Formats: sequence, C-alpha cells, structure tokens
Amino acid sequence: MATITAQPFSVGEFLAEEREKDLLRFSTAGSVDDGKSTLIGRLLYDTQSVYEDQVRSIEGKGTTAPGQIDFALLTDGLRAEREQGITIDVAYRYFSTPRRKFIIADTPGHEQYTRNMATGASTADAAVVLIDASKGVLIQSRRHAYIASLLRVRHVLVAVNKMDLIGYDEAAFRAIERDFTSVLNQIAADTGSPVEVCFVPVSALAGDNIVHRSDAMPWYKGPSLLELLESLPSALETRAAPFRFPVQRVLRPDHTFRGFAGQVASGTVRAGDKITVLPSGRNAQIARIVTFDGDLSEAIAPQSVTLVLDRELDVSRGDLIVSTQAQATVAKRLQAALVWMDARPLQRNRRYLLKHTSQTVPAFVSSLEHRTNIGTLAHEAAETLEMNGIGVVNIDLLRPIALDLYGENRSTGAFILIDAETNSTVAAGMITAASNPATSTSGPVTAEERAARWGHRGGVLELTGPVELIDRIERSLFFRGAITARIELDAVTGIDFSIVDHLIRSKVLAGMIALIVNLAAGETLTAQADGEQITLNASDPVAAIVAVNELLARSGILLSSGNADWEI
Amino acid sequence: MPVAEVLSPPSPPVNASASQRLSHLRLLEAESIHILREVASEFERPVMLYSIGKDSSVMLRLAQKAFYPAPIPFPLLHVDTGFKFAEMISFRDAMARSVGAELLVWRNETAIAAGTNPIALDTKRCCGLLKTQALLDALRHYNFDAAFGGARRDEEKSRAKERIYSFRDSAGQWDPKNQRPELWNLYNARVHPGESIRVFPLSNWTEMDVWQYIHEEKIPVVDLYFAKERPMYVRGDALLPIEQAFVARLGEQPQMIKSRLRSLGCSPCTGAIRSDADTLPKIIAELLQFRSSERANRVIDHDQEGSMEIKKREGYF
Repeated sequence: MATITAQPFSVGEFLAEEREKDLLRFSTAGSVDDGKSTLIGRLLYDTQSVYEDQVRSIEGKGTTAPGQIDFALLTDGLRAEREQGITIDVAYRYFSTPRRKFIIADTPGHEQYTRNMATGASTADAAVVLIDASKGVLIQSRRHAYIASLLRVRHVLVAVNKMDLIGYDEAAFRAIERDFTSVLNQIAADTGSPVEVCFVPVSALAGDNIVHRSDAMPWYKGPSLLELLESLPSALETRAAPFRFPVQRVLRPDHTFRGFAGQVASGTVRAGDKITVLPSGRNAQIARIVTFDGDLSEAIAPQSVTLVLDRELDVSRGDLIVSTQAQATVAKRLQAALVWMDARPLQRNRRYLLKHTSQTVPAFVSSLEHRTNIGTLAHEAAETLEMNGIGVVNIDLLRPIALDLYGENRSTGAFILIDAETNSTVAAGMITAASNPATSTSGPVTAEERAARWGHRGGVLELTGPVELIDRIERSLFFRGAITARIELDAVTGIDFSIVDHLIRSKVLAGMIALIVNLAAGETLTAQADGEQITLNASDPVAAIVAVNELLARSGILLSSGNADWEI
Repeated sequence: MPVAEVLSPPSPPVNASASQRLSHLRLLEAESIHILREVASEFERPVMLYSIGKDSSVMLRLAQKAFYPAPIPFPLLHVDTGFKFAEMISFRDAMARSVGAELLVWRNETAIAAGTNPIALDTKRCCGLLKTQALLDALRHYNFDAAFGGARRDEEKSRAKERIYSFRDSAGQWDPKNQRPELWNLYNARVHPGESIRVFPLSNWTEMDVWQYIHEEKIPVVDLYFAKERPMYVRGDALLPIEQAFVARLGEQPQMIKSRLRSLGCSPCTGAIRSDADTLPKIIAELLQFRSSERANRVIDHDQEGSMEIKKREGYF
C-alpha cells in the first residue's frame, strides 16, 4: 500500500502523520448495474490500496474489454456472489489516503437487501448514493437515501455515475441533481432528519472525478468524490452531546477497587463531574477515570474507560451513567421506527428481546402506527412488517430503560429486536418518542394490561381428541407467546369437580388460557370456546391448528389470529 | 524479547487532558475494548484463541486494557499443530505467564501421531485435521460458547463479509448467506445450547494499523517477524524456513538469507521474505513498499479458488 512515494522517505515523519489521521466510515449501496463495485474497486485501486497479487488474481477475468481490469471483481467476496454476479451481503473495505483512513460498508442495492443497507448505514458518518446517469433517479437510489436519512447519516454524497455513457452532458447531470434534491427534501420531511448533500458527476469505469478531478467535464468545478470524503467532518457531534455512559461491566479485582467499565457513548466526562445513574436516579461524582495507561482527567466519546465514583452506589451492567445536568429519559413505552430484518414477519404481542446499549429487556410490539412505502413515501395502515419493511410501531417494555431519542443521540436512541425463540436479530429500531403509561406504574396489574402484553384474555379452550394433535395445538399457542395452563381431565378424576372448576376459574381470572384436555383416540378433534364448538379432521393437523386459533380469535380470547407460528 | 514491559503496566499519574480528537488507532482501540467487554459480560464461557502472531499480540494487549485493573476474565487457547516454529512456542508460554492468563493448549494428538503433514497429505486435508478439527474438538471439550479470534476483514475477500460476532451452528460451521444483521455496536449474543459465536475484535483493523499499534504500544512480538540471517531453502522466489526435515527436496541445500516472516503459520507452509527490516519502523516502511498482500506467502489460502471461504464454512477461523 504505497500511499507515499516521495523519495526521501522518513518513517518517523510517516508515523507522526499517521497519528494525526482520523477515521471516516461511509456506506455505499447499489447493484452491479449501476457500477457500485466498479466505483469502490476504482477508489481502492487509485489510492494504491490493492496489492499486485490481488490485481493479478482478477486480471483477464470479468466482463470488461480485453486489457481492462474489471474493478468489480476486487470487491466481490463470496464464491456464491462471483458465480451469480451479485452482491449478497455487507462487505467492509479499508483504504487510506495521506489525510484520513476510511472504512467502507459496501452493501447491495436491491429491495430484498434493505436490511443490509440499514446495517451498513448504522455505523456510517456518510453515505455515497449512486445514480446511473443513463437511467436517472431509480427506486434504488431513493431507497438508499431514505435509509441513510432514517439512520441519521448526516452527509450524503450523490455520485452520478456513467457520465461517459451520456457524453459528459451537463444538462442531464443538472436535471438529475434537481430531481434528486426534491426527493431528498421529501425524505427529510418524512424522517425528520435532513441530510447535507453534494452531487458529483463521475465515471467509475474511466476514473473521472473519483480520485482525481477530470478534464472530461470542465463545467464541473467541484472536488472529486475522494476529495469530498477527505474533507467531511467526522462524527464530532457525539462530543457536543450530553455525557452518556452505558455500564458494560463492573470491575472488582479486590475489595479496594470498584469501577464501571464502558464506552463513552456521547459527550465528555471529567474527574469531579456530577453524574446520575439511571434508571435508579442516584447521584454521585466521578472520582477517577481509569485506564491501563494511567488515569485520565477527561474522557471523550467514543473512548473505552473505567469510571470510579466517589461513593458506593448499586450500579450494574445495563445502567446508564449520565451528566446530572442533562439527564436521559427513563421510559417503559416507546414509539420507534423499525426496519424489519427477518423472514418471519413482525407479530404483535410476541415476546421479543430489546437490546439497547448494554442491556436486554423483554419487549412487545403493542401496535403499528404505519408502514412506509419507500417508493411513494406514503404511510400505509399495516398489521405487520415483513422482511425489509419499514414502519413506526409502539413497544412496551417489561422494565424501564434510560434512553434518548435517536434524533438526538444515535447510541442511546438505537436498539435491536431479537426473537426470543429463534435468537435471530429481527429488527433495527430508532426511538422516536418515549413515555410511561400512567396505568401500569402502580397498583395491581389489570386484565387489560395483561391482555396487551400477552395478546389474549383469560378464557377456556376445551379440546377432545388425540394427544399428538392437542400437544401441537398447545405448542402453537406457546410459540406465539400465549400463557396457557393445561388441565387433563383424566388426571383429575376422583377430585371433587368443584375444586377443578375453581382451579380453571383462577387460571382464567389470572389472564391465562385454560386448556381443558380430554384425550381420545380417533380421527376427529373437537374444540370448544365461549360456547362455540367445532369438529375437525385430526389427520390434517395444520388445518386443525389454524381452525382452533381462529376459533380463539372469534371468541375474543386471542386478540388477533394472524401470524401464529404453524411450523412446530 | 521484552516481555518485562507487559509485567508492569504504567503507574497511574493523571494525564494531561485527552486530545480533543482521537486518532484512528485510538478509535479502533476503543471499539475493540467495547467488544471484548461485551463478550466477557454476555457469554457463559468465552475463550481467546491465541495464535502467537502479531494480531494475537494486539488482541491480548487490548484484553489487558479492557479489564484493567482486573485480570483477563477468560483463558487463552492455542491450537498447536505441532508444526509451529519453536520460537513461537517459547514466546507463547512467556506471554501467558507475563499477562497472568490461563493458557490452554490443544493438539489433535491422533492425527499428529499418525504422521499428518502437508506433504504426506495435501495442505487442505492437513489444515482440516490439525487446525479446524482440533479447534472444533477443543471448543466442544471445554464447552466454550464464544471464541475470540484475531482475524481482520482486510486479510482476505471472504473475511470482508465476516461479522464481528460470527454465528456458528452446533457443528461450528459458518453460513455466509445467513448471517445475523449487525447494527450500530449492538451485538446479538443469544445462542442455543451447542451453538457458538466467533468474535473478531480486530475486524476493522488493517495490517498497517496492527503494526503501528505494536510500535506505539511497544507490544512484544515473536522475533521471527524481524529480519536476520536465517537458513532457508530457496525455491524460485520462495524462501522456505528450515524447521521440519520433511520439507527439504532431494539434494536441496539450505542457504543463509537475511529474511523475516510477514505472517506466522505452520513452518512447512509459511514462506519467508527477503528483508532488511529488523526494527518496527523498518517493518512499517517495508509494508508501505509491499506490492503483495500479507497472506500471499500462506500456501493454504491458495489451494483452490475461494479456499478461505470453504475453510471458514467448515469451521476454520
């Protein structure tokens, strides 16, 4: 990586320069068609960030004219991708210039990869959005810009690529600039997060305005794409924000030391600062900022340090240490924008785990405000979100967490949802509002609260039929998060029926679904709930499970019948 | 080998105010420490794969930093193929002692006793038995649910798509098409029994970052990285270190060549390079001139198209 080729080379000077370099992370999105891989390959190649053996390994391959290097091949990592000529996943690339180090999160552009785009954008300071000059503004560019804005990537660089194909025509470039500026304004109005935008006309294939300014477009007086990337401010905003420090771990090597290890999520902390530990709300002062390299008088985001307080407080992993002057919100109910990332759609009232900073809290999506159509930016009514869907939802948490809105703090305003059954990461969330439901903070838990949490009311479901099918029905309810109590009548013979009756009533009063089970061999299953009885063919278990769930929905026990998990 | 520097972390004076701007190395360091602490806090039985190379040396220093003043809260595991350079083994033992970490060494004794070597078998099967199989056996034996590795995304094309938390199924295998999305710095640590996570705290470091950090932090590394006169078999452009007798071809005579290793692996499969770089600044200067990637001298990466991806799918790091 010969970034410096000046003759009298001094390692000492080089290392001194390197120490001054900072780091900028940017994301790209696009498909093979719009030349994204070519653009990245070109950035790497022209900054001498690829080695000869890597170039040699792709020479003579690919789809470009003989003698030309197909830069796209430098970045297509997986065999499956090379075989299919597509990009499946987020790939990370590294290069540096004498001014700065760069990390590229390189993501595919098609709709089915929206989640990958969001992943790439989540850590990016800037986004490079590609537009194919020969095609104008397509949905893909729009989608990438929307996601960049939603995830609060502050700087958007629009590379209008393939200018060589349209004869480096200024009028066409200006038209795209005009169209896309209006798109960006609409997006900002929807996400509430304006972006700073620059347009650059480029040809990745010919190398125009990627690293070096091009003579082919004398009408463009601005900097090249790389020059822009070198001059953008990196994530300085996190230092100006109020101090936030999620506790990752309590370090207690012996009885004389008790420190709280974590990474400064935003702001600055100094020895002597007054802090508050959330959610408990207890106050203390910073006694020491400890590191392996000695104590610091001050730490700034995103340093990883260990804080020692001036008094004994009960602090544990998941707590948020904040500046007493500028505290975070403690809340149990959130409104958030979600990007859905799992093949299994969002289920209301299913048990998810919400991971926020260094803590994980059980969470339920109680309702959906809307789903956003990225093509039209329309808000559509929706009952669920499918993979790559984006929408705004309301979430109830089992325990309160200390948070900020994502619009104010990217670290303390972000979360992921994990499916408690499959352990998949199912969604990325950005908090847009937070509150505390007045009803649930005190007094006994009400039936309404339970129903909102569990997705059903208390009720009785009586089943008569073969044991295998009844087991599967019970499991289907369990998988959707229902709280059931199984009472096998065969097992309670000889007990006074009034006692059994009392048992069933107490389950129902506690909000559970009481399953009264009569085991019977045969080809039929009878199910009864709220006075309605249905008889089903036991040899088609899936149909029977669906029918029983629908019965429970009709009877008002289940609050919705959709999206139950039949695959058990 | 200046191991003494590791023994005594600097005394704690109050530093001058931290610089308002963090350099890229401090940013990478902060990210890696965050990852190390998350894993140590969220998994039942984490372990650090310690391979003795420069990346492991950096990872070990970051672990010291992450938990200071407490000790490193997990053991180190070295998968020993029996073909590591003798200098590597003595360095390993000294390092583990000096940082006060528990060191576990695992060897596939059955395969070693059967005479497995990369010439008798091909390199692919040799790696499969002595590295991948041994690693999977060790993880299963100790029931580790998270294993740190020093791999970096800039090393190889398939590694560019690796997550920081890389999910492995109960057979230890990687499914590149079905990776968990990884957003912000929020890592999903949930696994079912038998499944595990490989964790790569150095994901975002480049080879240059690693050497610069070693230089700035004065981190000890194995002497094989520094150039000196060493006996080598010379085959065309390749230099093969003399460590295992079976490497020699008929009539081949070793020559003394000023050389060094750029990447440490098993001695039969790791080529040396001609070099005068006998200090860290000279290594860094040399790195700037390099025209080939660091793994170019590692035979195992090139035994077939996409071979790293295939190894990783099978359970290799």
